[in-house]
Amino acid sequence: MPMSRLSLVGAAIVLVCTTTLVYGQSKFGFGKKATDAEIAGWSIDVDRDGKYLPPGHGTVSQGRELFQNQCAACHGEKGEGGIGDKLVGGKGTLATAKPVKTVGSYWPYAPTLFDYIRRAMPLNAPESLTNDEVYALSGYILNMNGIVPADAAMDAKSLSAVKMPNRDGFVDDPRPDVP
Amino acid sequence: MKSGSRVEATRSSTRRQFLAAGSLAVGGAAALVASGEALAAEPAAGAENLPPNVPEWMKQPGADTGSEPYGLPSKFEKSIVRVLKKDTEQQTSSQSQTPLQDIDGIIVPNGLFYERHHGGIPEIDPAQHRLMIHGLVERPTVFTVDDIKRYPSESRIHFLECSGNPPYTKIYAKTAGELVGLASCCEWTGAPLKTVLEDVGLKPEAKWIIAEGADAAALTRSIPIEKCLEDAMLVYSQNGERLRPAQGYPLRILVPGYEGNMNVKWLRRLHVTNEPIYSREETSRYTDLMPDGTARKFTFMMEAKSIITRPSGTHKIQPGFNEITGLAWTGRGKVAKVDVSTDGGKTWQAAKLQEPVLTRAFTRFRLAWTWDGKPTTIISRVTDETGYVQPSFEQLKDVRGLNGQYHNNATWPWKIAETGEVTNAHVKA
Repeated sequence: MPMSRLSLVGAAIVLVCTTTLVYGQSKFGFGKKATDAEIAGWSIDVDRDGKYLPPGHGTVSQGRELFQNQCAACHGEKGEGGIGDKLVGGKGTLATAKPVKTVGSYWPYAPTLFDYIRRAMPLNAPESLTNDEVYALSGYILNMNGIVPADAAMDAKSLSAVKMPNRDGFVDDPRPDVP
Repeated sequence: MKSGSRVEATRSSTRRQFLAAGSLAVGGAAALVASGEALAAEPAAGAENLPPNVPEWMKQPGADTGSEPYGLPSKFEKSIVRVLKKDTEQQTSSQSQTPLQDIDGIIVPNGLFYERHHGGIPEIDPAQHRLMIHGLVERPTVFTVDDIKRYPSESRIHFLECSGNPPYTKIYAKTAGELVGLASCCEWTGAPLKTVLEDVGLKPEAKWIIAEGADAAALTRSIPIEKCLEDAMLVYSQNGERLRPAQGYPLRILVPGYEGNMNVKWLRRLHVTNEPIYSREETSRYTDLMPDGTARKFTFMMEAKSIITRPSGTHKIQPGFNEITGLAWTGRGKVAKVDVSTDGGKTWQAAKLQEPVLTRAFTRFRLAWTWDGKPTTIISRVTDETGYVQPSFEQLKDVRGLNGQYHNNATWPWKIAETGEVTNAHVKA
């Protein structure tokens, strides 16, 4: 049965409506819109200036206790290292034959500490710590390195304000440099 | 066993089933049954399979077609496996290497592809996996794996290499695979990242893309937007089959020629930004410490490298004809030539390159050589299409010292003793 002109018009309208329902102006129209809630749940990147740091706070003394329970088994009681990295010390060793790269001697930006602990630590249960706990641990590790005082409290503002000793220790890639 | 037994056995379906099952405890039929185990157990003195005798495996039918739904190498090749890292207390963040000395051609089979993981190998149900693209884009989008597979696809052959292959302090390993086996090459299939980025609409201020994996390390690296638009891919297959879990199943990003860890596996998020994120993996790790105490950051490019894979460490050669063969590659494009020295670097001859020579891919080289039986050292040296020449270890050390850890692309000398035994010419003092 031939399709009536009216139903052709109807089909065209349906087609137009369907097309406009496809998200945005995408050429292919694959995928679905990422909602703000979805992005907020997944986007855990913290930049070097700390502008993406989340709300929350924790003190050095809270961090000390957490560290013993959550970190010391791998990183040592005082962050001296073990199965996990050494976290403390190494100041002044970078230009020697035996450099010791730690948070204190090598890491250029303090907010990165928050980023890494939150996303990847502890090794056996990543993303299990609260933001308050991550702030506390960041503060304690900085304190063990003599970078913040024992009575320090860490939040987005204070962690962003920490100037790491090796902040200016990085240079752009000069390669090819050899021969 | 009489020669007629082959025909007899194929006629008897009962016997065939026994054969397939490899069962030995089947009374009178047992004499006909010769499983692989039983064959291997026979005395190896066996000239009985050599001419003029007819070999055992011709006197009876072999295993049933399809007896291995997913095929594996011959059991006689069991020793060809990845090199596992021994000096580590945990294998969650660790590595395994490709036995390069046992690879022919330029394609590394999926089961031998090198591994470097930072939080173990996740087991991901592809139906539960998503890729989110957000940040400086017009349309923040969540994709299923099937969505990505619907985009126009492309297959390309590229190498992948870990930046620490090997550290400057670990140049004394025995075999080619132990030395520089954190490099492999295969055919990758996926969607060009450019297509997908254009589809979500990049904002003009987009300069970097932060890629994140869905592993326990949520590994994160910043990639320059130029590279993302040049030749990066969203990959779901390698060598014709879906990515192996150890290679990022069900989705990874490939940034050809850039250091391995930037090719984020189990890719779940692309955050488009105007500056790098300075993650732990691009500050504390994967930065190259120099003798003056400064460190180089964002050292993405894997510079030209080559190694002779045969003969190489632990091999033993005979005087007379020996083919020298190996692999060369460069992150900057194509291999232009490979020179080989058979006299410890005094003179060099051009090796023959196996066609096709592909961009950012392993290139196989070969040189016909007659060994006179005298002790010597053999070395290969690649020049890439930009004119860059692979340096010696001494040249690298003079500029970079030994603390850099990453991007050691030195030439590798193999020492050949009078006995024909081949060893690493770098010997720990």
